[in-house]
Amino acid sequence: MSGAITDFGHHDAHYEPKGLGRWLTTTNHKDIGILYMLFGLTMFLLGGLFAELIRAQLIHPSNHFLTPEVYNQVITLHGLVMVFGALMPVTAGFANYLIPLMIGAPDMALPRLNNWGFWLLPPAAIVLVLPFILKLFGIGNGPVDTGWTMYAPLSVQGGPGVDFAIFAIFLLGASSLMASINIVVTIFNLRAPGMTMMKLPLFVWSWLMTSFLLIAVFPALIAGSAMLLADRHFGTHFFSAAGGGDPVLWEHLFWFFGHPEVYILLFPTAGILSHILPTFARKPIYGYKAQVYSYWAIAALSVVVWAHHMFTSGMPVAGQLYFMYSTMLISVPLAILFFCWLATIWKGSLTFETPMLFALGYIVLFGIGGLTGLILADAVADQQYHNSFFLVAHFHYALFGGPIMGVIAGIYYWLPKITGRMYSEPLGKLHFWLTMIGFNITFMSQFFLGVAGMPRRIPDYALQFASLNLVSSLGAFLLGAAQLILVYNVIRAAAGFGKPATSQVWEGAQGLEFTLPSPPPHHTFDEQPVVA
Amino acid sequence: MVKPKQVILGSAALMLISGAAQAHNPFEFQTPVTPIARETLYVHDLFLTIAGILFTIGFGFLLFAVIHYRRGRGHTPATFTAPRTPLQWALSALPILTLMFIDYIVMGIPAYHAVLSLADTRNDAALVIKVTGSQWRWHYDYPDQGISFVSNLSTSEAQRDSGAPTDSNYLLEVDKPLVLPVGEKVRVLLTSTDVIHAWWIPSFGIKQDAVPGFLRETWVKIDKPGVYRGQCAELCGVGHAYMPIVVEAKSQDDFKKWVADAQASAAQAAAVTTLSKEDLLKHGQQTYTTYCALCHQPTGLGLPGAFPPIAAGKPFAAPPTMTDLLAQRGFFKNGLIAEGPVDQHIQIVLKGIPGTPMPNFDGQLNDADIAAVITFERNSFGNHTGDVVQPSTVKAARGK
Repeated sequence: MSGAITDFGHHDAHYEPKGLGRWLTTTNHKDIGILYMLFGLTMFLLGGLFAELIRAQLIHPSNHFLTPEVYNQVITLHGLVMVFGALMPVTAGFANYLIPLMIGAPDMALPRLNNWGFWLLPPAAIVLVLPFILKLFGIGNGPVDTGWTMYAPLSVQGGPGVDFAIFAIFLLGASSLMASINIVVTIFNLRAPGMTMMKLPLFVWSWLMTSFLLIAVFPALIAGSAMLLADRHFGTHFFSAAGGGDPVLWEHLFWFFGHPEVYILLFPTAGILSHILPTFARKPIYGYKAQVYSYWAIAALSVVVWAHHMFTSGMPVAGQLYFMYSTMLISVPLAILFFCWLATIWKGSLTFETPMLFALGYIVLFGIGGLTGLILADAVADQQYHNSFFLVAHFHYALFGGPIMGVIAGIYYWLPKITGRMYSEPLGKLHFWLTMIGFNITFMSQFFLGVAGMPRRIPDYALQFASLNLVSSLGAFLLGAAQLILVYNVIRAAAGFGKPATSQVWEGAQGLEFTLPSPPPHHTFDEQPVVA
Repeated sequence: MVKPKQVILGSAALMLISGAAQAHNPFEFQTPVTPIARETLYVHDLFLTIAGILFTIGFGFLLFAVIHYRRGRGHTPATFTAPRTPLQWALSALPILTLMFIDYIVMGIPAYHAVLSLADTRNDAALVIKVTGSQWRWHYDYPDQGISFVSNLSTSEAQRDSGAPTDSNYLLEVDKPLVLPVGEKVRVLLTSTDVIHAWWIPSFGIKQDAVPGFLRETWVKIDKPGVYRGQCAELCGVGHAYMPIVVEAKSQDDFKKWVADAQASAAQAAAVTTLSKEDLLKHGQQTYTTYCALCHQPTGLGLPGAFPPIAAGKPFAAPPTMTDLLAQRGFFKNGLIAEGPVDQHIQIVLKGIPGTPMPNFDGQLNDADIAAVITFERNSFGNHTGDVVQPSTVKAARGK
């Protein structure tokens, strides 16, 4: 008797749809995680294509490869696509795939919300990029061309592309808020017995902080975008001084979102690093509590320093001093993270598989990005760096050198777990070295360009900047080409080539996800694990 | 200028060499010539040294670990996860305390001084100038001297189209530079007529946003005579790259002479009343090339969807925000920008079209300029109205 009842329950829990329908209707956290990651990878390639167009335009002065309008559109789409289309979805994909596995939960807490959250993304991407495609066929006057910061009043007077971008932001915001709420609920409610908060894997902690930040700051951007839409079409004057509004208000709203956004991109990959380094050092993570408290400190500080992006906008002295000193304070918790990472590999037994290489590359490159950020905090010196190529180099070291290197490390680290197949190690190493060389050639030269006085976002430039721009462009082509190796490695493993991966995948890997087979079954944790 | 052949080998090493070949330390800013720029350079140099040391220490630890603790050397991994002894606690706290010391003492104190001195725009200011940004040129006013003029990019189109420009001041040259005296504190007020621009001259260490509807301020005190060049530093639309700033710093005597000359020629320009049609067309073409061609194109064809054509019989599709006002003024019928009434034409050039990139030119162009450019537009690009607009007509239209 009882056997029949068990059978019934068993059958229901293991219903596993096949084919296209599985991917369109899935509420399974692993499937949705994979969808997020594939979406992010696609957008990463698109954003990379835009980057290559930028560098092709800047390869020599007086180049007419792109017209100034198209150039402005390309730089804007590059920024928006990379931040909202590539990095956020990929890290959200990691969250969806890994968090339930890491905390011993059968799925995310709100699976249907999860499905909805993902399916808002493709329309958002289409809305954002479609005007660019249409313009190629001579329809309309192209996408948003205001820079990813969409400063008013330029964005008030822009073409319909700005409206498309505003709607994309609404969709992306709704998607991010849904994902964040889901993650918070999952972490609070679905932990396995014994998995106390201070036993959570650091990746899970990092995403908890990311979710809090998203819920705190994304509404500011959505509200600002709604005001912008009203200014453009409904006769309001939020951002028009002639009607009693304030153009700088947009900057405050944008950066109240935009500065924490940096840490929204950074946190999940800082978490990833704290899994990879102990694995390949065969040594437990150093300073777990210190890292958790640093996450809290960074998250709290990140929402009170936004106006350091606006030192040239004409702030009163008190404002300049406050934002300068509070920004410098962030260097402390970040330094603690670096300290813990270095102490984790100290006296370990290190091996250098591809994920470890990318993790070490992260420490080096993000270190440069962080250090240069410290001087950008200086309100007066910032006048020299702000909106110059120095700034461009700084935030690429911080955002490519950090989050993107971290995401790539994470992909190589968990790809065998997800696909059940090992990637090609020699190709992975080649990918790492080409990325490091290409990246440094591209962006180190931009530090010098900025110091020499080249403004960012210009399609043509003075002759004194010519040679360094050529170097930067050549580096960018190498960097872009190198990423195709990643695509090949992912497709190869997903298609079932390569050595089969064991459950533990890596000799030193720890964590609940490595107690499961590779790939994990469609439904995990039939029996809830108990954490000692 | 490095030849393309030399730079094909794009390596990091070559990058450093080519940087050095510019006869200037590639880590340093353009030679500073104001007190603010010198303070900034000091902080920059200090910081680069500190950052270099911190990076070397951090990277040194990393490199040591990577080399020394390889598994290949048979190391047994340790198991520590936190400092254990008082000494270790002290060694862990040391980097943090050092960082705080660097943040708030080594860098914090000079930064505090610099912020206060940058904000001190009024004390001892001998001269006040007003800088107005508009898409895409700078307008300079000397309120006490009664001088005002517009400064436009003067790099020729031939250079811009050449694919390999040769002029060393390519994109950094203007028709009328801002002229300032050396050795005197100049208070600079900034505003904008349309979007946010930023006035940046690297060797002055100054970058200040020009915000529409608000006055911002900064100051310079230039050490030595010379020509200093910069650019707009806030994305302000399609002409963002074509908004250079050139400042000619003169000795105080030369500056006084320049002021007298500028006042005299301003009086002369204001006195002009009637011009021949030929003169108007000639001057109008110049004005059009400088002020209108970036949007409406040298051909008068405009850019589809964004900037209307001036040429006759060319259809134009744009959102109602852009076309409604034109239609009210009889300039837009069935998608064609018709040859509307001349009074309205003057008003559009004077006041602009709100909500579109068409700026108001009443502050930037004098009566003769506007009269000439309208005469030119109404008799070129296939338009044959035969209208001749005189400066006096424009002068009368300004009040309306």
